[in-house]
Amino acid sequence: MKQIRKLAIAASLAAALTGGLTVPQAFAQAKEQFFPILVYRTGAYAPNGVPWANGFIDYLKLTNAKGGINGIKLAFEECETGYATDRGVECYERLKGKHGGATAVQPLSTGITFALTEKAPGDKIPVITAGYGRSESQNGAVFGWNFPLIGTYWMGADVLVQHIAKKEGGFDKLKGKKIALVYHDSPYGKEPIALLQERAKMHGFDVQLLPVAHPGVEQKATWLQIRQNKPDYVFLWGWGVMNSTSIKEAQATGYPREKMYGVWWSGAEPDVKDVGEGAKGYNALAMQHGAEPNAKVIKDVLGMVHGKGQGTGPKEEVGQVLYMRGLISAMLQVEGVRKAQERYGKGKHITGEQMRWGLENLNLDQKTLDALGFAGVMRPVQTSCLDHMGSAWARVHTWDGKKWSFSSDWYQGDEKVLRPMVMLASGKYADEKKIKPRTPEDCKK
Amino acid sequence: MSFFIETLLGGLMTGMLYSLVALGFVLIYKASGVFNFAQGAMVLFAALAMARFAEWIPGWLGIESLFLANLIAIVITVGIMFVVAWLVERLALRHLVNQNEATLLMATLGITYVLDGVGQTLFGSDIYKIDVGMPKDPVIMFEALFQGGVLINKEDFIAAAIAAILVAALTLFFQKTPTGRALRAVADDHQAALSVGIPLDRIWVIVWCVAGITALVAGIIWGSKLGVQFSLSTVALRALPVVILGGLTSVPGAIIGGLIIGVGEKISEVYLGPYVGGGIEIWFAYMLALVFLLFRPQGLFGEKIIDRV
Repeated sequence: MKQIRKLAIAASLAAALTGGLTVPQAFAQAKEQFFPILVYRTGAYAPNGVPWANGFIDYLKLTNAKGGINGIKLAFEECETGYATDRGVECYERLKGKHGGATAVQPLSTGITFALTEKAPGDKIPVITAGYGRSESQNGAVFGWNFPLIGTYWMGADVLVQHIAKKEGGFDKLKGKKIALVYHDSPYGKEPIALLQERAKMHGFDVQLLPVAHPGVEQKATWLQIRQNKPDYVFLWGWGVMNSTSIKEAQATGYPREKMYGVWWSGAEPDVKDVGEGAKGYNALAMQHGAEPNAKVIKDVLGMVHGKGQGTGPKEEVGQVLYMRGLISAMLQVEGVRKAQERYGKGKHITGEQMRWGLENLNLDQKTLDALGFAGVMRPVQTSCLDHMGSAWARVHTWDGKKWSFSSDWYQGDEKVLRPMVMLASGKYADEKKIKPRTPEDCKK
Repeated sequence: MSFFIETLLGGLMTGMLYSLVALGFVLIYKASGVFNFAQGAMVLFAALAMARFAEWIPGWLGIESLFLANLIAIVITVGIMFVVAWLVERLALRHLVNQNEATLLMATLGITYVLDGVGQTLFGSDIYKIDVGMPKDPVIMFEALFQGGVLINKEDFIAAAIAAILVAALTLFFQKTPTGRALRAVADDHQAALSVGIPLDRIWVIVWCVAGITALVAGIIWGSKLGVQFSLSTVALRALPVVILGGLTSVPGAIIGGLIIGVGEKISEVYLGPYVGGGIEIWFAYMLALVFLLFRPQGLFGEKIIDRV
């Protein structure tokens, strides 16, 4: 009997202690904002996924080191997707409800984005796709939860066409030219096709489509076709090992690297560093930023995160192209929370729905960006309920055999070309999914 | 015409490399009846070890010569592949003697995951460079015969020549040496081979070692072409249609199969691809192999298996 009583007392004490612990834990949860992080640190695309993830996490650590967002600290958890859509969806499902709920999700894969686009409205979690995802999701009236912030593939392809038109001496000089698109045979790689075909109709150039199967290590036949057809330019829409393989095959078939232009996912250090001199002259889009080792924000990361032994990856990669992409992606999400707090209460936990308002009302002017340490790295971003992209600025940078350097001035995606395409494609999507587009009145709610 | 010749040569040279990887499958299957799904992981593991040691050794030993650094890295990697072979025998195969083929295949699937994971944990998952001095720029030949000449990729040519030499050496080893004969005896029947005094454990270590060295050569060649990264392990999957076509038990089958698949996929991509949207070479290789299987289920050179009921 004594034993039973002891057990009962012990159980009661345990219950009381657990209950006692639960309260401050719940309080702690209310004082933190949860950022799920979908990454790929293993598999075929790891060399590109790792620096992105490290940049993203370092920025969250930097924000916490600076006191969080109005006192709210950031909690985060990684989940490995391996760049596979099924695993990405699994990660999303696993993390979306943790730590008081996901603030937003960044899939880092167009395939995963396509899958989450269907799920996010039901869960009321914004899907941020900075520089990737569905191009038509710029239209926030239809894609209420997608945020292709600071760049879409249509915008990127448009800037590339503008750039070569400038080099040739005007759009009229593009007539009769041949552009080959070497692309990853996936939703990501197919994205620019619609824009290029539209521009081809406008200016009379020819587009040759050359898909490359995952992961892109066998491209001999592709480059033999390029050698045969002799296109004036090659646009590269690759990812991971496909990029360096393309540049090596270009070298092996004698195609001039100066005539090659990659999208911003084909223009980072892992794509060229083991090609070295062979990649000299190769160009790629810089979605606003390039490699930015001298930016103030990088100095902050080195001092406040790496300097304290809390860096996520190697110090040498800090400031490289993909590291910066991850860091900027994190900054956009952090600023979304900050904006939402302006409306829903400073120092308060923000829900997914409130976060959407924050992302739809982002207004990062140059002064704000400079204060955040992004002077010379980025141009202003201003979103709205109907424009979820917020900025269409890009530059071209070129590999000189050792480093990336900017080789063009700023370009802006042409809204006259992009907007009708976005409206048409998003309209079709709305019809197909029976979505009632939001009106400006709905946006005020 | 010159373009067709370029495509054909490109296919033949790629095919020779497929033969090299396929040979790893054939060697292990002939000697142990195991379809070694881990061959691709072995290619990646060997290439990662070679690339990282070649990078580390100059720092450790103060060596400036690239040749010497590569040589030491190759020797160390051969040692590592020997240890891998020994561990595979001790920890997996020894316990599976006389098990059916499906069980052994599953074991190699497990070995694949272990090698992929351990390789990337030990050596990293970035893209690493193997620089064995392969020429990267092409040459144009036969300009007098064809307008514009025929483009030959020197790197592919040298790689194909190395692969051909290794294939020839392994063929001789298998057909003409006592160890080769012992390997074939083990393949026919584990228990019968044991009963006549063939040391099964030693034979398995030898064959996995040879497969490891084949993987290292394939890893150096592919790694030099593509950079050493995870996708190298998928290169082995390109050799699967080769073994389907050539037959799992035939060394000449691996060679001829590799050449047919190499040429077939390049010609299909270049001449058929544009009509069906492109990107067909991977599945076309499998389709080609399956068409062959309709007429010769044992593959081109495989042994016909007749089971009495």
